[in-house]
Amino acid sequence: MFDRILEKDVAISGIGMSEVGRPSPLSAMKLTTDACLQAIADAGLSKDDIDGVACWPGDNNNGDAFSPVGPNALISTLGLKVNWFGGGYEGPGPLAGIINGAMAIAAGFCNHVLVFRTITESTKRQTDKTASALNNKTIGRDTSFFWQWYTPFDVMSAINLAAMYAQRHMFEYGTKEEQLAQIALTCRANAQVNPNAVFRTPLSMDEYMSSRMISSPLRLFDCDVHCDASTAIILSRSDLAKDGPNQPIRIEAIGSALHQPWSWDQINLTGMAAIDAAKMMWARTDYKPSDVGNAQLYDGFSIFTLIWLEALGLCPPGEAGNFIEGGQRIARDGELPINTNGGQLSGGRTHGLGYVHEACTQLWGRAGERQINPHQVAVAASGGGPLAGSLLLVKD
Amino acid sequence: MSRKLPALTQDSRSFWQGGAKGQLLIHFCTQCQRYFHPPGPICPTCGNDGVGPKAVSGRGTIATFTINHQQWNPNLKVPYIVAMIELEEQLGLRLVSNITGTAPSDIRIGQSVQVRFEAIEDVWIPLFEVRQDV
Ligand SMILES: [Zn+2]
Repeated sequence: MFDRILEKDVAISGIGMSEVGRPSPLSAMKLTTDACLQAIADAGLSKDDIDGVACWPGDNNNGDAFSPVGPNALISTLGLKVNWFGGGYEGPGPLAGIINGAMAIAAGFCNHVLVFRTITESTKRQTDKTASALNNKTIGRDTSFFWQWYTPFDVMSAINLAAMYAQRHMFEYGTKEEQLAQIALTCRANAQVNPNAVFRTPLSMDEYMSSRMISSPLRLFDCDVHCDASTAIILSRSDLAKDGPNQPIRIEAIGSALHQPWSWDQINLTGMAAIDAAKMMWARTDYKPSDVGNAQLYDGFSIFTLIWLEALGLCPPGEAGNFIEGGQRIARDGELPINTNGGQLSGGRTHGLGYVHEACTQLWGRAGERQINPHQVAVAASGGGPLAGSLLLVKD
Repeated sequence: MSRKLPALTQDSRSFWQGGAKGQLLIHFCTQCQRYFHPPGPICPTCGNDGVGPKAVSGRGTIATFTINHQQWNPNLKVPYIVAMIELEEQLGLRLVSNITGTAPSDIRIGQSVQVRFEAIEDVWIPLFEVRQDV
C-alpha cells in the first residue's frame, strides 16, 4: 500500500515546554520563545541551525487565544532564516505541525524543523468566561462551512458532539460512566507526580460521579483544563540527529488519513477519523500495537481517549470500557500506561504537542517521579471527530 | 431562544428554506441514487453534477443525543437536547438537530422522530419531535 515511507528518516532531537500557567503572566510570545529556545538547546543546536518552522494551527491572522502565535511571528521574533515554514488549521489535527515538518525534512527542504504550539485560553477566560462557545465566536450569521450545520441547533462547543459519540459508545458497547471515569482518574493520578501539571489534588470516583454534568454523559472532569503554555519539538534529519546529545527518537510511522467526510456527524460515530489515521500508521510499519510502551492519547474530552485506544488497536473494538475498568491496565505501572503527565484533563490543554513532549520525556527516561519502565516504542495521537493524526515513535 | 442562523448560499439555501413549504430537502444524486449532506454542487460519491434538493419524509431515528446543561450564554434555556437524527431514507444519512416536546429524561437512542420547522427570519430550522404513533 505504501512503498515510500520517508518519515523514518526524521527524528525528534529535542523538546521544550514553557511554564504551564492558569493563567500565566507571560506574553504568548514569551511563552513561545521559552519553549522554542529550550527545545533548540535540548537538541544541542543553536537558532542558526533551525531552517524550518511548523505549527498547527497558526495564528489565522487574528491572534486568538486558541493559537496566538504562528510561524510568521515566531520567525521574525527569533530572527530565523528558514527554507520552509507553514501553519494553518486544515490538516490532520493538532499533530499536523509535526507531520508537515517531517514531510519538509523528508522532502529535503530542511535539516532541523522547529515545531511549536502556543495557547493562551486561560488568560482569555479571565475576561470572557464563554470565550470558547462557538456561537459567541462570530457576529451575525455563521459562514463556517461546517459549524453552520451545528450552531443553529445551539451546539455551543465540541463537547456537544463529543458527548454524542460517548452516548453512542455506551449504547453500542455497554460502556459505563464509571469506566469512562478512569480516563479522568488516571490522568489526575499521573498529574499528581508531574510538577508542571495544572490540577494535582487527588480525584476520587465519588467526586467524578458527583461532578457537574456539562453535556450528558460528559461531566466537568471529562473536559480538558485550559491553560497558557507553549510546547516545542525539534525534528531533525535522522543522520544529523545522531550528532546531538539525545538518542534520536525516530518517527517510525505517521497516520494522517481521512477517508470519510470532514464532518462531525457524517463520520463513524465510534471510530471518528481516528480509525483512518491509525490504520494508515500501522500500514507504514512492522511494529505492532503490542510493542507500544507508552501511549499519549488525546483527551480534549475523555471519550476521545477511549476511541483512540480502540482505533489504534491497543484494545479490541468496543472493548475500551472494559479495558480501562478499574484503571490498572492504563496506570503508570500497568500494561499500557497512558497520558503519563496527566494528559490535557489534568496536565493542561497544551493541545497536541504536549502528548509528543511526554512520549519523548518517557522514552528518554527523564520523567522523574512519574517515570515508567524502560521501553522503546511510544504512540502519540491527537484529535477528535474529523481531526485525527498519530505518530509512532521509536528510540532504537 | 436566539439561535445562531446560518449564512445562506446557493448550495445550502434549499435545506434551510424547505420548511417554508413544510419540506425537509436533502441533496440527492440522480446517478447513484443517493442522498448526501451537507449539500454541495457535486455528488461526493460519484462526482456527478446532476444533484439537487429532494424532499424526504422527515422521519428518522435518534442515532445519538446529548442533554446540554451548560449555560453557554444568558439567552439559552437549559437543559436542551441535541441529537443526531439518522433519516429513514438512507443508512448513515444524519443531521444534527434538537429534539423538542419531550422531557430530556425520556429520550433514548433508537426513538422514531418526525421533523417540524421553526421559522426565524428567512430560515426554517428543522427540529424533531418523538413520534407518538410508533
Ligand atoms: Zn452520485
